[in-house]
Amino acid sequence: MSPLRNVRGWLDERLGWEGLIAPLRKKTVPLHGLSYWYFLGGITLFLFVIQVLTGILLLLYYRPGANEAFESVQYIMTQVQFGWLIRSIHSWSANLMIFTAFAHMFSVLFLKAYRKPRELTWVSGVILLFLVMGFGFSGYLLPWNTLAFFATKVGTEITGQVPVIGKPLMIFLRGGEDVTAATLSRFFGFHVAVLPGLTTLLILLHVLLVQRLGISIPPKLEVQWTANPSEKREMKFFPNFLLRELMAWYVALGVLGALAALFPWNLGVKADPFVSAPAGIKPEWYFLFMFQTLKLIPPKVWFIDGEVLGVLVFGLVGLLWLLLPFFESDHPSRTKRWITGVAVFALAYVAGMSVYGYLAK
Amino acid sequence: MATSDQGMTNPSDGQSAPVPRRRFVEVLLGGGFLATAAAFVYPVLRYLVPPKLSDMGSDSVVAGRVGELKPNSGKIFRFGNRPGLLIRTASGEYRAMSATCTHLSCTVQYRDDLRQVWCACHNGKYDLNGRNISGPPPRPLEGFEVQVRGDEIFVRRRREA
Repeated sequence: MSPLRNVRGWLDERLGWEGLIAPLRKKTVPLHGLSYWYFLGGITLFLFVIQVLTGILLLLYYRPGANEAFESVQYIMTQVQFGWLIRSIHSWSANLMIFTAFAHMFSVLFLKAYRKPRELTWVSGVILLFLVMGFGFSGYLLPWNTLAFFATKVGTEITGQVPVIGKPLMIFLRGGEDVTAATLSRFFGFHVAVLPGLTTLLILLHVLLVQRLGISIPPKLEVQWTANPSEKREMKFFPNFLLRELMAWYVALGVLGALAALFPWNLGVKADPFVSAPAGIKPEWYFLFMFQTLKLIPPKVWFIDGEVLGVLVFGLVGLLWLLLPFFESDHPSRTKRWITGVAVFALAYVAGMSVYGYLAK
Repeated sequence: MATSDQGMTNPSDGQSAPVPRRRFVEVLLGGGFLATAAAFVYPVLRYLVPPKLSDMGSDSVVAGRVGELKPNSGKIFRFGNRPGLLIRTASGEYRAMSATCTHLSCTVQYRDDLRQVWCACHNGKYDLNGRNISGPPPRPLEGFEVQVRGDEIFVRRRREA
């Protein structure tokens, strides 16, 4: 008997290892032309793990504080060996993770995987997307540079536009009336403690739901396969699909490494509350579509302030988005076409406005 | 006199009106738990609200020196803990106003090519009196009084009429 087998046998006798793996062995993944889209959630999870690991590494040198934050990131990038690479991986992986999370969401939407009984998987996923954007927003401020300073000012000011609860919420986020060192302390706390905790819990729930409910089949195929079970094609999750997923992770790692090494992330200029916002200032790409929309809304619409209207509309759209599965039919043969229409429009709007925002002066 | 696990008879009226003992314990315990929770939650909620900082700036500051600004230019100065904008117009006149954009509080700047005050964040524009003239700003910038005393340019808040 090989030593490895001995260890496995020893562990199995004590942990009932085989019993734990049994459901994974039974789990299957439907096989069809669009199966590749099933990789995206896993890739997002992989990038999140990279974020946690590189985030912990950055914590070894980073110091929050208006007089230290910028300097400590500068120190990481210029003095610490491979510090520039660790920070660059953290920034690139963050951006890729937001991209794959968006792609995962739209693939779920177009494959109609959010239908009964997977409504809660969708809801937890959309909340995860909001959390990930919160990660992006809070992490962006931590190097305490000019762009981040104004992005935070505008972002928190937008929160302040929400009627009634907006102002107290803004003061809570900023740690005062203005964006100061107090804001940096709070954002640091959100970024390294509050958000990781919440996100980890929610990822566990999300993955548990996927395990419990199995992987969704596109409605057309579901109808076909139910009528004619002999047509059904699937792949074992363990090890067949998992090995393919691992290859996808390996490719993602390659892309990430190349981007981080070839295009190291900039640090910019240290924030100064007493300089003007620089020309051409823009938020990160994943906030661009909202930024551009706010820019286009006139100052007054009827009797409501433009930005108040913008914030209310975005809030309402976000809420409806969260509840989208509850508007869908329970029957795979009667799925609602207008939801697909909404999805196409949303994708076109987000993509179009982002490009417009990127190109606009 | 019957007793049950649901309650006990009340000896004062001699009737068998049960005092629900279980209910009593539930209310006592539940109320206790609620009070304990409130005793934890209230301080935490108050803790989350940052203490108010007093604006240490006085009503008047020195925003710059005569000769520092060329005609048709502007600069940011500190007014308490907020930024202010001092402009010297093309005709040589001084103007001062808050530099915090009324749209989403970015810090504005003077554009010599436009001869206007401009906010880079959302392309808001104001005239030299701080009036919002284009883009998303909903209100004018707060204007300040400018006084040149000797070599120094003083800026002060306008008195409420």
